[in-house]
Amino acid sequence: MERKMSDRQEKTRLLTKDIFKSSLLGAVKKMDPRYMLGTPVMFVVEVGAVLALLLTVAPTALGDSPQAVEEQNLRLYNGIVCGLLFLTVLFANFAESVAEGRGKAQAASMKKTRQDTGARLLGPDGKETAVSASLLKRGDVVLVKAGEVIPGDGEVIEGIASVDESAITGESAPVTREAGTDFSSVTGGTTVVSDWLKVEITSQPGESFLDKMISLVEGASRQKTPNEIALNTLLTALTVIFLLVVATLYPFALYAGVRLPASAMIALLVCLIPTTIGGLLSAIGIAGMDRVTRFHVIAMSGKAVEACGDVDTMILDKTGTITFGNRLAADFYPVGGKKKEDLIDYAVLSSLYDPTPEGKSTAELGRGMGTRVGEMEGEEPEFLPFTAQSKMSGVNLKSGVRIRKGAAEAIKEMVRAEGGSIPEDLDSVVSEISGWGGTPLVVAADHEIYGVIYLKDTVKPGLAERFQRLRDMGIKTIMCTGDNPLTAATIAKEAGVDGFLAECRPEDKIEAIKKEQAEGKLVAMTGDGTNDAPALAQADVGLAMNSGTSAAKEAANMVDLDSDPTKILEVVEIGKQLLITRGSLTTFSIANDVAKYFAIIPAMFTLVVPQMQVLNIMRLATPMSAILSALIFNAVIIPCLIPIAMRGVKYRPMSAEKLLLKNMGIYGLGGILSPFIGIKLIDLLTAPVLELLGI
Amino acid sequence: MLQIALTLAIFLLAVIPAGTYMYHIAAGEKTFGDPFFDRVDQGIYRLCRIDRRGMGWKEYMGNLVLTNGVMILMGYFLLRFQGRLFLNPNGAAGMGPVLSLHTVISFMTNTNMQHSFGEEGLSHLSQMLVVIFMMFTSAATGYGACMALCRGFAGKREDVGNFYEDMVRVTTRLLLPGSLVIGLALVWQGVPCTFGGNVTVETVTGSFQDIALGPVAALESIKHLGTNGGGFFSANGASPLENPTIISNLLELFSMMLLPAACVLTFGKMASKGKQGRAIFAAMAILFLAGLALCYGSEMAGNPRLAQAGLQGPGSYEGKEVRFGIDQSALFTAATSAFTTGSVNNMHSTLTPLGGMVPMLHMMMNCVFGGMGTGLMNMMMYVVLTVFICGLMVGRTPEYLGKKIEGREMRLVVLVLVLHPLLILGFSAAGAVLPAGMETLANRDFHGFSEILYEFSSAAANNGSGFEGLEDNTGFWNITTGIVMLLGRYVSLAAQLAVAGSLLAKRRVKASAGTMPTDNGLFTVLLVFIVYIFAGLTFVPALALGPVAEHLTLWF
Repeated sequence: MERKMSDRQEKTRLLTKDIFKSSLLGAVKKMDPRYMLGTPVMFVVEVGAVLALLLTVAPTALGDSPQAVEEQNLRLYNGIVCGLLFLTVLFANFAESVAEGRGKAQAASMKKTRQDTGARLLGPDGKETAVSASLLKRGDVVLVKAGEVIPGDGEVIEGIASVDESAITGESAPVTREAGTDFSSVTGGTTVVSDWLKVEITSQPGESFLDKMISLVEGASRQKTPNEIALNTLLTALTVIFLLVVATLYPFALYAGVRLPASAMIALLVCLIPTTIGGLLSAIGIAGMDRVTRFHVIAMSGKAVEACGDVDTMILDKTGTITFGNRLAADFYPVGGKKKEDLIDYAVLSSLYDPTPEGKSTAELGRGMGTRVGEMEGEEPEFLPFTAQSKMSGVNLKSGVRIRKGAAEAIKEMVRAEGGSIPEDLDSVVSEISGWGGTPLVVAADHEIYGVIYLKDTVKPGLAERFQRLRDMGIKTIMCTGDNPLTAATIAKEAGVDGFLAECRPEDKIEAIKKEQAEGKLVAMTGDGTNDAPALAQADVGLAMNSGTSAAKEAANMVDLDSDPTKILEVVEIGKQLLITRGSLTTFSIANDVAKYFAIIPAMFTLVVPQMQVLNIMRLATPMSAILSALIFNAVIIPCLIPIAMRGVKYRPMSAEKLLLKNMGIYGLGGILSPFIGIKLIDLLTAPVLELLGI
Repeated sequence: MLQIALTLAIFLLAVIPAGTYMYHIAAGEKTFGDPFFDRVDQGIYRLCRIDRRGMGWKEYMGNLVLTNGVMILMGYFLLRFQGRLFLNPNGAAGMGPVLSLHTVISFMTNTNMQHSFGEEGLSHLSQMLVVIFMMFTSAATGYGACMALCRGFAGKREDVGNFYEDMVRVTTRLLLPGSLVIGLALVWQGVPCTFGGNVTVETVTGSFQDIALGPVAALESIKHLGTNGGGFFSANGASPLENPTIISNLLELFSMMLLPAACVLTFGKMASKGKQGRAIFAAMAILFLAGLALCYGSEMAGNPRLAQAGLQGPGSYEGKEVRFGIDQSALFTAATSAFTTGSVNNMHSTLTPLGGMVPMLHMMMNCVFGGMGTGLMNMMMYVVLTVFICGLMVGRTPEYLGKKIEGREMRLVVLVLVLHPLLILGFSAAGAVLPAGMETLANRDFHGFSEILYEFSSAAANNGSGFEGLEDNTGFWNITTGIVMLLGRYVSLAAQLAVAGSLLAKRRVKASAGTMPTDNGLFTVLLVFIVYIFAGLTFVPALALGPVAEHLTLWF
């Protein structure tokens, strides 16, 4: 599973030509001040850029003396500052556009499936009328035949058919959709491959699942998440503080006898306000959603992804999520002194025509263990399928031998009725297998009992390690199963979950969720059936399977298109990664200010206090080159960090303390040190250029 | 050095029981004096008809403002008419309206900034009913607000407590008995305490001198215990009548450091995780020791120009009392600004530039233990900020003590964080360019700028000490610092209590291995960094033009 995730990420290149082009255009369009007001930090930069433009045209407009303008070539200098500021805004907008562009590229491929298709609308009298799919309303009933595209989201009310859902899920294998089952919901844009379906449309025009997905992926209906709002508050406050710092610096400097050039103050302000995170914040959010989508999970809101990071407890269904869901044959145990070979032969014979996973796996295991039964050519034995009444299945061979396999009690009863004897060690073998959490299937030929097939619920490989990782992250896993406590305990132990709920009914699941929540924990769960819907709604994070009912999908806040319940584990990691990225870049951005102070403060005050050069620890060439270098660093760092914003910072599950220490080291300490190096290098390059320009 | 280390070691030993005792007072648990104090308290409750039910944060704050407002009014009229009232042996005249208002605001907000001359401008009645009374009530107010905040953060109960009950309990059980003991000890060391007037004595040189006397020891004890700081004399703790010996100096030092530090441990106990309190305590201690080291180091290094002229002994003794020396002076300076008391035992203006920057920095951070209760409240804002920024880095939406930090809390926290520099920098800018400010400066250089910066930092942090050198009893200074003190006190308190109220109302989430720990050394270090980064980023440019520029021009 992990490999799958990284594969997917490698497959998608960060930037294609198309996205680059459209993002450049988008970046310019976003310069509209009305749009910029949404991110106060960048708005301030834009205002600064406009002021710098004014100073380029009229250098004395904001109080700089004509003499200073002449001596220091202020007009050109202001022009450079202006250019750098606009570039900073552009870089930030570009980051956001790239994130949106990547989402749009995804959406475009989905849109292809939404071409207007026709639909056969069935009237109340059963008469068919051809209408456009876009005109279908909730409650309309349509008929879809093989080869046709399902015109909208709906519930199958009649029929059974295979449906190709690759347009949405990317999985090419068709799935079965059938009325009255948990697999009764269909999605608009998918294609019926065989047979026919009668579908009741459940969505209004323009509100279908696909529509929602597209608008979410495009970022059009993106709302700021609570955490984003809180962070934005902090960034805005920092901006206000630095506005205050810079605004009061002017009178302070006047007192000290120096008139600070207006453009230097603008430059100082822009360097100090958290432009790096301010410029990347929305891109991080969009990219986080995008990562989830790339993983074929549709989150109904950014909030849902964020909530994933906070999950404390995961309630997982045993069947399908933790185990493969089918009880597979694991071994054969002869009883009453019978030979194992005979047992295997009879077991295989009884299973040859058994289409159930139990039967298939028995035959397979028998072959693997060297059964002497070949394909029974020509012989068409009578097959008796398993029923709830008989609790056994089997075959009647042409030779008259009746072979049965089934629940111990049922077989014992049958054998007794036919006058056979029950081997003394049968009961102990049966209870032993039950004790392991397995299901014993007793095999009998005529009235003789040969032994027991050990059916085992198989835990998906690698899950135990995954759960250990979750534990390291502080997440508890609880397994829900309808099995008896003994069986449940065995599987739980094997899978390494932290707790289990045996003989669990849907309402028990809700109780379990409520109990965890009452303890102050955030709960995630996966589900597919209609009876999971209330639990999905109760959970803080509910991941519904796309194969599930529409009730389940409505109730959940995420839908997995591949219907792979184990994906909840990855989604949680993506949620965490999103928050970590946000925190790390914020820390980096704020930490950067330390170096910028060392660059700019000495540069500003050298005129009035020559000794300030002591603080010029980077030994930057001139005051002007120092300020410009800081400004260039400030602008260039944004595109440099776009890859991190898009992909998220590297995340490996570990304890909070270790994680904090690691990220603090990289982004906190790195944030303090890297600009010292960066600004110095930029200064080495710019200083000669500025000298040539006479600044 | 050894002196400083020993002093701090003794202080540490005293803080722990004090923290426990304060917790018992705040939580209504048993204290040793209950049989007696309960009866006193009951009497007060009955007399004042106090309803002791728990309050929400709004009600608590409302009652706090109301009570303080009434006291300000009473104090104002007392000062205006003190000339016609009794207990005025030295015949102090009624105070002018602006100065009166400044003085009552100053004392009610626990600032104790004095633009009047204590021993000359105030009658004994005013000293007692305005100054000493407010020293008790403002300390009790700060304590009450702090406990309300702690209750909100700890989230063990539905309400934040009862304002009046908090005020009464801490006054009867801690402030009054504590002051009595300290006052008597000070009298033993020679601090006067009398209703009598000034005495005129013949000095050794044969001239005559008026010696101001009054209820000095009574004022001196609560002045430090309640981190108030206003002196009976304008020379404050440097005056031999306020602080005659090394023992009185230590006593005053301990009493001002005790309660703000104990508050932190009280909070730890309230959150029922002593470690939470210890982590914050450690962060404050690191900030304090760093400041102290800078101040001490700078004073020991002295003034290079004086050294060149052969005029300097070991370290800079200018403006210091010989009986305290550099050790006790540096310690007192660092403590009085960190604990925002504002009493001084040396002249801060004559500290070396960097030595003088330390008290400024402490007041700008305003959370290095801080004033009675308010220091912890300010630090809690930084704690929330640290949790918010660092909490994200562990991949969870940030939480502190099981409560999520979201938009509303951040808005309130940043309000407090913006307010402080707004008051200091905004008003300093006005002071630096307006003639009304410029004309009052003793020095028109970097040092003069430091004087302005210091004055407003002191007012905003409700510290009250002065850099001096500033002719501050003018309309400009009285009005501006009055506004700054009021806003710095009550807007901050309201926003801080609102944070507590907001957290209290939240669903508690359980901590797990994925939660950022807030009770270990790592958190302490992060908290220290956040405080430095924020305070540094905000005030560095201003400091660069004040003490830093002065230091650089002196040394390079």
